[in-house]
Amino acid sequence: MKAVSSGKGKKAKTDSAKEIWNLRLYVVDQTPKSITAIANLKKICEEHLAGKYRIEVIDLLKNPQLAKGDQIIAIPTLVRKLPQPVKKIIGDLANTERVLVGLDIRSVSG
Amino acid sequence: MGKARHDIDVLEKCPTGIRGLDEITKGGLPRGRTTLICGGAGSGKTLFAMEFLMRGAMDYGEPGVFMTFEETTEDLAKNFISLGFDLHDMISRGLVATDHVKIERSEIEETGAYDLEGLFIRLGNAIDSIGAKRVVLDTIEALFSGLSNTAILRAELRRLFHWLKDRGMTAIVTGESGDKTLTRYGLEEYVADCVILLDFRIEEQISTRRLRIVKYRGSSHGSDEYPFLIDERGFSILPITSLGLDYPVSTERISTGVPKLDKMLDGKGFYRGSTILVSGAAGTGRTSLAAAFADAACLRGERCLYFALEESPSQIIRNMGSIGMNLARWVKKRLLKFHSARPSLYGLEMHLVTVHRGIEEFNPQVFILDPISNLSAAGTASEVKSILTRLIDYLKMKKISTFLTDLTHFGVSPERMSEEISSLIDTWLLLQDIELNGERNRGLYVLKSRGMAHSKQIHEFLLTNQGISLIDIYTGAGEVLTGSARAVQHAEEKASEVERRLEVDGRLRVQERKREALEAKIKALRAEFDAESEELHLMSEEERKRQAVLAEDRLEMAHLRKGEPSAVRQSARKRSGKGR
Repeated sequence: MKAVSSGKGKKAKTDSAKEIWNLRLYVVDQTPKSITAIANLKKICEEHLAGKYRIEVIDLLKNPQLAKGDQIIAIPTLVRKLPQPVKKIIGDLANTERVLVGLDIRSVSG
Repeated sequence: MGKARHDIDVLEKCPTGIRGLDEITKGGLPRGRTTLICGGAGSGKTLFAMEFLMRGAMDYGEPGVFMTFEETTEDLAKNFISLGFDLHDMISRGLVATDHVKIERSEIEETGAYDLEGLFIRLGNAIDSIGAKRVVLDTIEALFSGLSNTAILRAELRRLFHWLKDRGMTAIVTGESGDKTLTRYGLEEYVADCVILLDFRIEEQISTRRLRIVKYRGSSHGSDEYPFLIDERGFSILPITSLGLDYPVSTERISTGVPKLDKMLDGKGFYRGSTILVSGAAGTGRTSLAAAFADAACLRGERCLYFALEESPSQIIRNMGSIGMNLARWVKKRLLKFHSARPSLYGLEMHLVTVHRGIEEFNPQVFILDPISNLSAAGTASEVKSILTRLIDYLKMKKISTFLTDLTHFGVSPERMSEEISSLIDTWLLLQDIELNGERNRGLYVLKSRGMAHSKQIHEFLLTNQGISLIDIYTGAGEVLTGSARAVQHAEEKASEVERRLEVDGRLRVQERKREALEAKIKALRAEFDAESEELHLMSEEERKRQAVLAEDRLEMAHLRKGEPSAVRQSARKRSGKGR
């Protein structure tokens, strides 16, 4: 498992008592789509969830059996594990507005 | 593996193990290709796919992956158990792998470009985990309701089917029927090799399932709609329409169970493996004839399967006991097996399949279906005919002697229903009511019997506590008489014969007397005649004497007178000459 967690995760504790955003991004190999998705995700998180998110990138090429657990079909898929309920966003996350809607971030930051 | 198959021109086939399907498809589904199974809700798509997978794993050593988009693995396991397979056990033995793909549209937001690589990976992972050769995707259409970007979906589906082909997987994808297309989302566009349509109809409250091969590239296949059914042992498709007429035939003869009937049939009975039909109205003794045939078969040590659509086995056994036939002992010895069911209990196909299964299991030499007419309660005439044709073909192939009975109705020609299948029948016996003098009797005759010189006479058919007997019917005086009328006629005939004889005797006596009288008369007349002639003779003698005397007297007188003596002498000489 290849996990990339934000260095600013620890800062979140001081920021508020609110939940940590636990995000998991499924990709397959280093395809352009995967790279774009990772970059887009990081950018959105830094802008809207600074200090209270954790990103886990899972490469299914290396761990194919993990696809079953989160019901992954499409690649890339972003899964919001926390806060509940689980949300899924598929695609390269190019449309920031839709990602924000999909993750329900608007309400948090707003 | 997959690469090698691309080069093969002749399509290799993958046996499904589904009863009947491999016959229609001449070997199974195209190996290394994807087959689309489409049909409405509840048409049996999932079950079809499931059985394909199970049979492959159990019978052909080809493990399989079942990827379900609708049911959870637990639901799936329940379905498998209904077919007699333990899914969990098979999974643990590495024969089957399952994956439940769940797509919740409400949970998913789409942003930008994506592909379905996740699905590929899951499928690939499952395939690799057990070395699968078969794949089922049931039903992949769920993707269309879960994801909104159909352009991506279509491209990915196309890629998926190519991918399956490249991996050499024999795959089944299922799809729900659309309004005008075979599947709602046009899956048939992607599956070019083989498309099978399942259909589920209800006609007159009886459901029938049908299967049709819409397309099978590179292979000939039956194009009919084949009825099939699903039961606790899975799918059964009935393909036997295309059988040729090259049955093995037997010259062996077997007893009908009624000695006199054997005699009517060339003295030897039916041919083994032939098809016999007995038509008759209610209460003409069809079942008794059938039972006699069954009894005779068991007596020879053969197995007999008796399909009763009218009566329960115990009722038949009891009734046949009343005419001196002990069928219970054969049941006990497992030579005779009954199967009874109400014809309307299920559809025609189900009946046919039950018959099939019964035959496969019991392997009888004699098969009885009593009566075929009841089948018409479960289908239209043409369906019944088609079912019977297939059944008879099947039985002929197996060299099973088949005895069918047919209930005809009053006032309807007995050939009514039977004529439709008459060409299938080798020996056709007709039981007829003969109503006369307030009495109803049965007459039996052989309408036709192929390959033998059979009797053309109607025989009276009697059921006694000793069994069935056939009696030569009274055919004198230009009419046919049976029962008491026949007996009466016999008595009458005897009486009138005696009477006639008496009369003749009397007449003869009269004649004799007449003759005697006549002779007496003749005697009397002759006597009279003799007497008369005697008298006449005497008279002429006297006369002659008198003449002679007279002539002498005249001569004397002339002599005395001495006158003209010459003239007198002359005339006297003449007269005397005449008298002599």
